Amino acid sequence: MKKIDDIIASALTGDKACTSRLISLVERDDEQAPYIMRQLYPFSGKAYYIGITGAPGAGKSTTVDKLVKMFCKNGKNVGVIAVDPSSPFSGGALLGDRVRVNIKKTEYNYFFRSMSSGNIMGGLSRTTKEAARILDACGKDIIIIETVGVGQSELDVAKATDTVVVILTPESGDGVQIMKAGLIEVADIFVVNKCDRPGAENIAHALKGMLDRIDYRLSWKPPIIKTSASLNKGVDTLYEGLGEHRRYLNCDKKIKQRRQRQIREELKRNIETEFIKTILSDIYNGNDFGKALDNVCEHRIDPQNAARQIVTAWLSKDMQPSEKWAKGV
Amino acid sequence: MERKIRVVMAKLGLDIHWRGVYLVSQFLKDSGMEVIYLGNKFPEQIVEAAVEEDADVIGLSSLGGSHLTLGPKVVRLLKERGLDHIKVFMGGVMAPKDARSLEEEHGIAKVYLPDTPMQVIIDGIRSTVALA
Repeated sequence: MKKIDDIIASALTGDKACTSRLISLVERDDEQAPYIMRQLYPFSGKAYYIGITGAPGAGKSTTVDKLVKMFCKNGKNVGVIAVDPSSPFSGGALLGDRVRVNIKKTEYNYFFRSMSSGNIMGGLSRTTKEAARILDACGKDIIIIETVGVGQSELDVAKATDTVVVILTPESGDGVQIMKAGLIEVADIFVVNKCDRPGAENIAHALKGMLDRIDYRLSWKPPIIKTSASLNKGVDTLYEGLGEHRRYLNCDKKIKQRRQRQIREELKRNIETEFIKTILSDIYNGNDFGKALDNVCEHRIDPQNAARQIVTAWLSKDMQPSEKWAKGV
Repeated sequence: MERKIRVVMAKLGLDIHWRGVYLVSQFLKDSGMEVIYLGNKFPEQIVEAAVEEDADVIGLSSLGGSHLTLGPKVVRLLKERGLDHIKVFMGGVMAPKDARSLEEEHGIAKVYLPDTPMQVIIDGIRSTVALA
């Protein structure tokens, strides 16, 4: 077994197996995961992040396959993270996004990784962003994140990417569906896929109507691109649209602001998690918890009041140093 | 966090028989494994996928007669890239003597012929990964 520093060094020079192993270690929350991210994070931040989202079967993976080929053809080094759902019953998963990937050219430089969503409901998995950062640090120019098949309110992809592509189909609904809050609001680019089917015009028209109504407050008006990904139609227009949004973000440092907003939220979430974890482990390892457990089991006190007592006791215990400080002791 | 077994499943070459590989994939998922299903792929693509997915196991479905050529090729390519720790299992329809030859001479961890109980496959994968 190789040492972790050797694995990191090889991954940074583009070794696929080592990159892959790092993603696994971070994904399964290995004890080395914090060290890995600490070493790699300074190398990340150079890639451009694209999110692809939409309902199950809308054509996300097929679109990703075509996009990867186009980026590779233009000399880009592409990383893909594709998320599919985990079973809440067995914990297992069937990750099927690779079925649509059919890249035969061996000179193309890409890395495709499937991840299971775990128990996270936002469309991505707990460590999707970390995995994307690992690929970023290991030299990918473009990162494509494909979400699980989503409904209306799985919006994590908007917190993790620079450009969000929402893929709809002629069956996605009428004008009322398009006006609803959620997924529709985070799109930087709309794709109406399967546009060879009847109804494509209607949904494109509904989208245009919705966007026209809020035109006055949009600095970027999401384009509506009609594609038929499996027939490789319109994907070149999507490719151009992605370039256009990137140029828009690069102007006036908008991309910096967007990323700063995302990182601010991410940092806050992490502080919350760490904070709760630290306090809870302190409480669960303390004497009070064991005593309270006994008391509740023996029916001397009910769980709710016992919990209240523990938290109050913990707070007053923690108040002591600052009280001392306030009194100037 | 609990370590999930990652299995790359593929139909070998141009084989069109999908029912078997779907059935096994679904049961592996239900037993708590993460199955990365590739559809039809050739040995080079299968090995590439196994590398990118950090697979513990590759499962190959073969009912099309190419088991003696494409199956061993997967094992050979893995060995060439220093990835012997990824074990290759096969399932499908073939002569029992071919199955024996794949196991004894070509480095296939195990070949499961028709009528194998699903639990035998699940246990086989689990014990192989536990040993690795």
